[in-house]
Amino acid sequence: MLKKLSELDIGETGLIKNVEGEGRIRRRLFDMGITPGAEVYLRKKAPLGDPLEITLRGYELTLRKVEACNVIILVKENNK
Amino acid sequence: MKRFALAGNPNCGKTTLFNSLTGSTAHVGNWPGVTVDKKEGVYKKGEEPVEIIDLPGIYSLSPYTPEEVISRNYILDEKPDCVINIVDATNLERNLYLTTQLMEIDVPIVIALNMMDVVRKNKTSINIHELEKKIGIPIVEISALKEENIDTLMKIAISEAKKIRKGVTVLKNSALHHLIDDVKIAFQAINVENSLFHAIKLIENDEIEVSNHKQLTSTVEAYKKTFNDEVFGNDFEAVVADARYKYISSNFAIYINKENKAEKEKLTKSDRIDKVLTNKWLGIPIFLLILLAIFHLTFSEDLFCLNAIYHFINNILKWCHLNYNSGDIFSSFGPSFANSPFEGLLWTESGINSPGVILFNFLDAITSSISDGVSSLLEEGKWYKGLIVDGVLGGLFAVLSFLPQILFLFLFFSILEDSGYMARVAFILDRIFRRFGLSGRAFMPMIMGFGCSVPAMINTRTLADDNERVATIRVIPFFSCGAKLPILTAISGAIVMQFNFPYADLITFFMYVLGMTTAVVAVILMRGTTMRGEVPPFIMELPSYHVPQFKALMIHLWDKLKHFIKKAFTIILASTIVIWFLTNFGWDWKMCEMNDSILASLGKFIQPLFTPLGFGSQLTVFGWVFAVAAVTGLIAKENVIATFFTLAVCIINLVEKNPGAYTGIGIDPEIVKEILEATEASENGVIESVAMIQATQIQGPGLISFIAFNMLTIPCFAAVATAKAELPKNKFWSTIIFWIITSYLVSSCIYLIGTWWWTSFIILAIVLGVSFAIYYFNKYRDQKLAR
Repeated sequence: MLKKLSELDIGETGLIKNVEGEGRIRRRLFDMGITPGAEVYLRKKAPLGDPLEITLRGYELTLRKVEACNVIILVKENNK
Repeated sequence: MKRFALAGNPNCGKTTLFNSLTGSTAHVGNWPGVTVDKKEGVYKKGEEPVEIIDLPGIYSLSPYTPEEVISRNYILDEKPDCVINIVDATNLERNLYLTTQLMEIDVPIVIALNMMDVVRKNKTSINIHELEKKIGIPIVEISALKEENIDTLMKIAISEAKKIRKGVTVLKNSALHHLIDDVKIAFQAINVENSLFHAIKLIENDEIEVSNHKQLTSTVEAYKKTFNDEVFGNDFEAVVADARYKYISSNFAIYINKENKAEKEKLTKSDRIDKVLTNKWLGIPIFLLILLAIFHLTFSEDLFCLNAIYHFINNILKWCHLNYNSGDIFSSFGPSFANSPFEGLLWTESGINSPGVILFNFLDAITSSISDGVSSLLEEGKWYKGLIVDGVLGGLFAVLSFLPQILFLFLFFSILEDSGYMARVAFILDRIFRRFGLSGRAFMPMIMGFGCSVPAMINTRTLADDNERVATIRVIPFFSCGAKLPILTAISGAIVMQFNFPYADLITFFMYVLGMTTAVVAVILMRGTTMRGEVPPFIMELPSYHVPQFKALMIHLWDKLKHFIKKAFTIILASTIVIWFLTNFGWDWKMCEMNDSILASLGKFIQPLFTPLGFGSQLTVFGWVFAVAAVTGLIAKENVIATFFTLAVCIINLVEKNPGAYTGIGIDPEIVKEILEATEASENGVIESVAMIQATQIQGPGLISFIAFNMLTIPCFAAVATAKAELPKNKFWSTIIFWIITSYLVSSCIYLIGTWWWTSFIILAIVLGVSFAIYYFNKYRDQKLAR
């Protein structure tokens, strides 16, 4: 099932399918390791619901929903 | 001398390695032209000394933040003899991403694989020989913290530096390698060094590269038309980044050999702490509590509120008619506590002192005895006695006495930062900051502003967005720094003594809140008017928690201490001497009464400007002291209270000599006695401030407005110089004007509302009117643009 990273539920894991959008923010997402094929785990959301905290490539990254909605995730089934 | 540059991701132990390599020889170097904060030091343990340059921590060589541009330009233009790439072994994948870019530059590289001890503890292993073979760069396992293998690292780096290394790329097997070769040859044809690096950056559509080599972009464009990747089409930026990570992760399995169990355990440890600290409900309250605790441990004279609690319980007992024991907590513990020599130092009537206050008192006792000694050595009545005792020692010690509390604040903030909590705070607060048009990252420089504006302004380099940087730098001084604290404690202490308002800490707290509120309002206003634009992005690593290293903390503190003492003995010393001369000499360069001095006439000249603020013409003949103190504060904020001390002595001498000439000026005889007998500024400068209040007949609102003015106006000389270096060129003067206008407006509002409470309605109406006007103007403009 395809989902935006911003729509992932806490505890869900998935593989990055594509990174949309353009410009410097997208470049930054690439530099931080958000590239197709990488596994992402949505660890938690900040107290006010945003930003998100994800685990990828063995480290913790935080980003906002606005930035995360450009990342398309293939959600792993039965892995909640 | 050979030069080695340290490059690596933020938080990979780079600074720790730098400190171990250079020992105490480190100093912050400034390079002309660019706004730089590279640290440089010398490694002396080898056969020849080597200069070590600590570059800012970066994730990539793309020009996303100013720091990345600094590091990139340093390696390309300054051509270090060797680059030591520090790689965090616990986070190999993302760290090697930078390595894949560094290796494209024609420079010798050594990889320092740091934190291997942690990797081993987690029962994982990395096959270093395989990795070395694959990457083609020597790798040395080190522990920067325990200083393991550091000399081996340097030995290999020195031998590498003698070789010539040509850039290689991990993209040589990718679909783009034909294009890379073509563009590389084109770069070589026009004699550009590091042709491989430039070629790949050009293909990546890198901003700097494209603007520097416009003529070569046509090759890339032509190739783009023939290229079509399954996922990315002809988006080369994505293709390159993807290829780098693919290279790392596809080869990753060979290098790392981990047991999954260990990985899970590691996650749960950091996770467990996070469960509490970034909890949905507890996160924000815990953060506020920590902030409160820091200020309490630094400034409180009633540690853990023990005395207040004691009184509270006592009052309840009294109310229940159970116990009539009154008095403070110590007297009820019997005679052993009373009259001990430690009273005052360790505790006072109001409770046990916090560690910050204890150190403060301790230093105060030392400086007092030094001044007393010097004073008794000098002959009475000689002019230089006044200069040395009142001018030099008085001013200097007044400044030095705040050192302990500034250091304490700095220590606590360093602990929070080193432990990884500061990043979480940004995470928690981002949602709130976004409302104001900033990212959660802007929080870090702002909170550092409570310690000192200078490092705080330099820290704004981690912000990627220019508008955000300018807005943050402008409001940093509103986060009242350590040097402004003396103004707060002295005047709020004096208000307590003079106007019987019992809550000094409430005034202090209120002023801190006022500064923060002003900052928020100012940012909203700026983002709504002159600096409109998109909210800057927030993409940040959350480092795993670890216990702060004692050594690193001490190095931080030592740096701070050195900086402060240097400042005290240069700028502040010079300005106290100048103030003393200006106070004691007239325009005819002869010693005179203070009221005829140069300083007085200058003060009287600018005094009317401060009338709407409550410390101008409405005061007595001595009213100009506030104007003068505020102006001397522009050199260093510590000067404000130092000036009070110098001036208080002069005023008292004057009034004592001609009691008839100054009717209406009644300074309490006890305070007169206390000041005249003391040879230096009193603890906290409270007595001097009281004398000042009595001499000028200033009222409460005027005093609060005076504190606010000093807090919000142009910061000290050092901060202004830093702001000039950090701000874009066309923003400097507007920033100075912004500071003047903000402080003037806020202070006059305080004075007006404090004196005539009904003016608050008028001010509220104006504020609402202006905000609506801005809101509708923006709406109108956006609609016009949309059309």
